[in-house]
Amino acid sequence: MGAKFFVSRYNSEVDAKAHLQEFTVVVPKGATLLDCLNIIKWEQDGTFSFRMSCRSAICGSCAVRVNGHARLACKTQAADVIVDGEVTIEPLGNLPVIRDLIVDLEPFWESLERVKPWLVPDETKKFDRERLQSHHDQLKIDAASTCIMCGSCYSDCNVLNVDKMFLGPASLAKAQRFVFDTRDSEKEARLDFLSQVNGMWDCTHCAECSTRCPTEAKPLERIIELRQEAVNSGFTNNNGARHVLGFRESIGGFKGKGGGGMLNENYLPLRSVGLSLGGMLSLLPVGIRMIMRGKNPPMIPHIIDKIGEVRKMFRRFDEYRKEGEK
Amino acid sequence: MRKHDVVIVGSGLAGLRAAIEMAGRVDVAVVTKVYPSRSHSGAAQGGVAAAMANSSEDSVESHFFDTVKGSDYLGDQDAIEMMTKDAPVTITELEKMGCVFSRDEQGRIAQREFGGHSHPRACYAADRTGHALLHTLFEQSMKYKKNITFYSEFYLLTLIMEEGTARGITMMNIKNGDVEVIHAKTVLFATGGYGRAFKITSNAFACTGDGIMTAYRAGVPVEDMEFVQFHPTGLYGQGILMSEACRGEGGYLLNGKGERFMEKYAKSKMELAPRDIVSRAEQTEINEGRGIDGKDFINLELRHLGREKILERLPQIRQLAIDFLGVDCIDHPIPIQPTAHYSMGGIPVDVDCHVITDAEKTKVPGFYAAGECACVSVHGANRLGTNSLLDASVFGRRAGKAALEFTLKAKHEKISEADEMRKAKKRLDDLLVTPGTESANDIRTELKETMSTHVGVYRTEEGLRFAQGKLKALRHRFKNVRVTDKGKLFNTEIIEALELSNMLEYSEVIVAGAMARKESRGGHARVDYPKRDDVNFLRHTLAHRIGDGAVRLKYKPVSITKYQPEERKY
Repeated sequence: MGAKFFVSRYNSEVDAKAHLQEFTVVVPKGATLLDCLNIIKWEQDGTFSFRMSCRSAICGSCAVRVNGHARLACKTQAADVIVDGEVTIEPLGNLPVIRDLIVDLEPFWESLERVKPWLVPDETKKFDRERLQSHHDQLKIDAASTCIMCGSCYSDCNVLNVDKMFLGPASLAKAQRFVFDTRDSEKEARLDFLSQVNGMWDCTHCAECSTRCPTEAKPLERIIELRQEAVNSGFTNNNGARHVLGFRESIGGFKGKGGGGMLNENYLPLRSVGLSLGGMLSLLPVGIRMIMRGKNPPMIPHIIDKIGEVRKMFRRFDEYRKEGEK
Repeated sequence: MRKHDVVIVGSGLAGLRAAIEMAGRVDVAVVTKVYPSRSHSGAAQGGVAAAMANSSEDSVESHFFDTVKGSDYLGDQDAIEMMTKDAPVTITELEKMGCVFSRDEQGRIAQREFGGHSHPRACYAADRTGHALLHTLFEQSMKYKKNITFYSEFYLLTLIMEEGTARGITMMNIKNGDVEVIHAKTVLFATGGYGRAFKITSNAFACTGDGIMTAYRAGVPVEDMEFVQFHPTGLYGQGILMSEACRGEGGYLLNGKGERFMEKYAKSKMELAPRDIVSRAEQTEINEGRGIDGKDFINLELRHLGREKILERLPQIRQLAIDFLGVDCIDHPIPIQPTAHYSMGGIPVDVDCHVITDAEKTKVPGFYAAGECACVSVHGANRLGTNSLLDASVFGRRAGKAALEFTLKAKHEKISEADEMRKAKKRLDDLLVTPGTESANDIRTELKETMSTHVGVYRTEEGLRFAQGKLKALRHRFKNVRVTDKGKLFNTEIIEALELSNMLEYSEVIVAGAMARKESRGGHARVDYPKRDDVNFLRHTLAHRIGDGAVRLKYKPVSITKYQPEERKY
């Protein structure tokens, strides 16, 4: 008994839209999904098109969406994704489709180029041999350096789905690798750029990127590291950083001034836009719409039970952090 | 028609390194049938050799000798000396470009043991060194975006040769099927190897010898094609590479009786003997019924290394075995078998990567080749592990320098665009217009079976003769091959047919070279001629294409500058 493969078929020259075509494949024991795609192409329909190359999960060519989620076809055992005898295979999301499972990758490469993805060394320092880098420092860039540019994260990113200008998870992971590289001389400029609109703060941490990532690059984790580094390096004059700081103030309390323990939803947006007149005016339309629909938060937030416990937790966090810094 | 000063075909380590060397000085184009980051250099795992002497004492001299001995004395010693001398500076440059190397306690590039090397000289980035190097160069190429034009997903069709000089290429834009000409002063091929003709192979689908066969069809001979390296540790059934670093870090090979059988074959080096020796040892154990459970595989044992070391040094290996075989090497041994891995043969070049055609080193003006598609020859009959990333880096760099110097003095020689377009389109029309009946998949499957069975680790006169007949029949059938996709947009079926035509043709060259070489040397092991024969065969094979595709063999002497051939023992 074969499994039913529903594969997306589309030819941008002749088809108005894509459709799913059914193929029956007798899946050999231990076959990968890529093996099955090749069985379809080589034995049933030679016009079926997809990309592939290394078949050992290092070149990144064969990323496709399997039952709705991005995966490398070569790294996926077919048996693991065939549910009730069926599997659906479609091209990556967030990118225009050229043919069948093949997408136009240009937007993906362009987003990568925006983060200036190459090392900028300090040219005034000369070395006869290799530069030194401690094992500890190397480990900070190890994970991001495993990225294979397969586009799985780009495909399933929820922010890109609504905003094509977002840098995207792969590019941000790549940026992390230079920001944390002890050999790079442009950390400040990079953090400044990444703190702008469409940069690291536009991620909504849905974690799809890290869930779909077939390597250890795990973009969300890299984005979090970038954000921490940006705030710690003083890049706080932007909505994203202010939002995080406001969140912390609202729940953790102001340093030395007490308070906190709850999320003040009136304070947070104002804090995020920078407590300026222009910022407040920019919030006006959305504020009015919220009031009209009755979605505005209460003017006087209600105090939760055991608020002291929350405050205590935050004080402990601060203590731990100080110890960690020592 | 497009015009560039230099056209580089191939965007792996050698191609990108050459492009970066020339960027900003001349107008460079890089043509690749994939995207640069997807080139097969990225699949190299264990390391890149250089006598940096970071972990222990080492010398260029020692690296030089180890490579000569590893090559079974077929390597050209002038070239090997140069490569090993260039190695440390080449690695240092790559580090300065930002390559993420693993580091030792002093913060220097970490180095590990590797087969056939007498000191720990493999610089590495965990078990994904090729990936780290390739992505570093890919990053640099984006830095030089203004100076390098990329033609990604373009397929090489022909080399334009007029009056004995290289003047450009024709290619097909895979995205829309258009055939185009690039007119250039200089052509550099860095198109990779030809391991795809074997059933069990570590090679990417892309490794179909396109550049080598394009040069061959344009009248350039090809060198030492019979030398194919079989890597000892391919994942059972698939051939996917399990890095030699597994053994470099202390892994064992065990037969069905649980013995570390390498003791019988290479007592002093054990599992870290050169690859040809280890692969033959495995094949012998399997042939004599001592595979695991009497089957055709061996166990790679890593459990004694411990969880921590495996996770730090061999994370990719572990994941591959889990994904493809469901085996976690922390708890179980990995089933492995020899797998076609590296092409020692290729386009003959001198030490500056200039393509040459005969024993007198007659140059083809304007034509260069570097990396796995080239045969310098630094690997001779058997390449040592970690010398391939080195070859691609060193000779990519050298090719860049030499081609730059040539290009600065050269001009665009005249070409006949219409003729070139006609020749290129004919290759496609032969496949598209013919209403074929033969299945490309059947032909390819039979080819791979034949090559693995009869032209693999061990070869015999009888087997080679059978393969020769079979290949001739397959090529005849290919003339009637069926291509069902007649569209222009991303027609992967026609690309696969073009690749298959290359595989069929070079397989015949491999077999012709192997039949004539009545000796055993390095990766070429003849059961009927088990000894190396320096009197008759200490020479390179040069295969020329004549008439309608027949092979004529000539020979070229080996450069022996320092080390006289002696018996090779480990």
